[in-house]
Amino acid sequence: MDWTLLIDKSILVLVVFAISLGVAAYATYGERKIAAVIQDRIGPNRAGPFGLLQPLADGVKFFLKEDITPTGADKFLFVLGPALFIITALMTSAVIPWGHSFFIDGREFSLQVADLNVGILYILAVVSVGGYGIMIGGWASNNKFALMGAIRAASQMISYEVPLGMALVAIMLYSNSLSLRDIVDMQQGFRWNVFYQPLGFLLFLICTFAECNRAPFDLPESESELIGGYHTEYSSMKLGFFLFAEYINMFISSALIACLYFGGYHFPGLDSLGLHPNLLAVISILVLFAKILFFIFLFMWVRWTVPRFRYDQLMNVGWKVLIPLSIVNVLITGAWLTFVK
Amino acid sequence: MKLTNRSKVVVDKELTWVEKLYLPAIVKGMMITFRHIFKKKATVRYPEQTRPVAPVYRGVHVLKRDEQGRENCTACGLCAVACPAEAITMDAAERQKGEEHLYREEKYAARYEINMLRCIFCGLCEEACPKDAIYLTDRILPSNYARGTFIYGKDILVEGITPDQRVDVSKRKKSYEMNT
Ligand code: SF4
Ligand code: SF4
Repeated sequence: MDWTLLIDKSILVLVVFAISLGVAAYATYGERKIAAVIQDRIGPNRAGPFGLLQPLADGVKFFLKEDITPTGADKFLFVLGPALFIITALMTSAVIPWGHSFFIDGREFSLQVADLNVGILYILAVVSVGGYGIMIGGWASNNKFALMGAIRAASQMISYEVPLGMALVAIMLYSNSLSLRDIVDMQQGFRWNVFYQPLGFLLFLICTFAECNRAPFDLPESESELIGGYHTEYSSMKLGFFLFAEYINMFISSALIACLYFGGYHFPGLDSLGLHPNLLAVISILVLFAKILFFIFLFMWVRWTVPRFRYDQLMNVGWKVLIPLSIVNVLITGAWLTFVK
Repeated sequence: MKLTNRSKVVVDKELTWVEKLYLPAIVKGMMITFRHIFKKKATVRYPEQTRPVAPVYRGVHVLKRDEQGRENCTACGLCAVACPAEAITMDAAERQKGEEHLYREEKYAARYEINMLRCIFCGLCEEACPKDAIYLTDRILPSNYARGTFIYGKDILVEGITPDQRVDVSKRKKSYEMNT
């Protein structure tokens, strides 16, 4: 066992962990601000300058709230649900390449926790387990609204994971690899996948909205009809975990979209400038984060624009529109790769 | 009745193929929300800024003093009787010798409390008062953390003696004169 490698990776894991949490915390702030400006309001502006300490205040409040477990709830599963949800949300970040490698003392310091050769499959697998977090949480609450939310979450995840996977199949066909690092490096220059896979990108984007339970697909927690959906019975930090994990999911999904379709940490012309590798690494990280922030903004922008789908519409869109389209996309990609290229 | 020229007639027609895609409509909607990001905000930052209120606004009450600084209220209880929310309670007391500079009438309110959580700011108390003692003002009731703090006693309600501590109620007075 190579100890330096272990230490390197541990540091990276910690940093990524901290950044995921930090971004998630400030995503809540961003969400409230964006909701506010879209509705001609100002948003949180009391805690600290521009309300920047608001996430902190929210966090403290979550901890201080009473932690209630309903009498009829399954005690073990009730705790397992949010735990599973947030753990899986944090695990997905492991395969995302965050930037060019650093070189310290001639030693390469890769900014990817694990360059799995089946990175995409890993993400799909972990995300699906995250769905169990919601289902278990909703089931264990012993509440009909929570159960309804959980059922909706389950059916939504199953329906939208198919076109999501299909969109990824097209990417895999095109880039001949399942490793995220390879896929990102293929898009050097301006050969971003979104230009070759516009339909695939659209499908992937819509499906990530559904996978993250974001509006217009936030049926599992639709306040207007299900109170709070699967987390109706949750309070205190357990609720905080659910909400937090949702924002982490959003962050990771944005990172994934950036990596799969928008060249990840590459920016046209940046690699040929001949910068010092460490400087290049820093800039590449910033480039990736700019892309991620844009997609997080997009997530919120959509949320505060579009009303929620009705349940039957959701299923119709999923099975009758997205899945056929994704199959067509795979066929076109395959045909193009065999006959044109 | 037509209120704006933006109203649209709702028809229950089949969606066309393009409309079924939802996407054009979503993009259109997103452009609208994006424009709103740069619009002027409607927020009034309350404690620092206040909205202009009507001249006869009915806010927190004041118990008036006369020109010599004596309390007008004679604890007759008419305001408490008139109050539809039963927000007012008081204890009457007899004015002692040497207190003439404090109270205008022989009888005065030793305790006078308005429960601001019950009060509906209707203004019937000032209408009922025969002694010109109670008025509503344009001051907004401040929020607080504890319920008990909303029972306002004489310490809060009675205005101060010095000219700068007096509360101007001329506008509400005028509105009564105009109505009667
Ligand atoms: S304003 Fe109306 S509700 Fe309030 S104390 Fe006077 S009479 Fe009662
Ligand atoms: S405020 Fe007026 S109505 Fe009320 S007790 Fe005093 S004098 Fe009577």
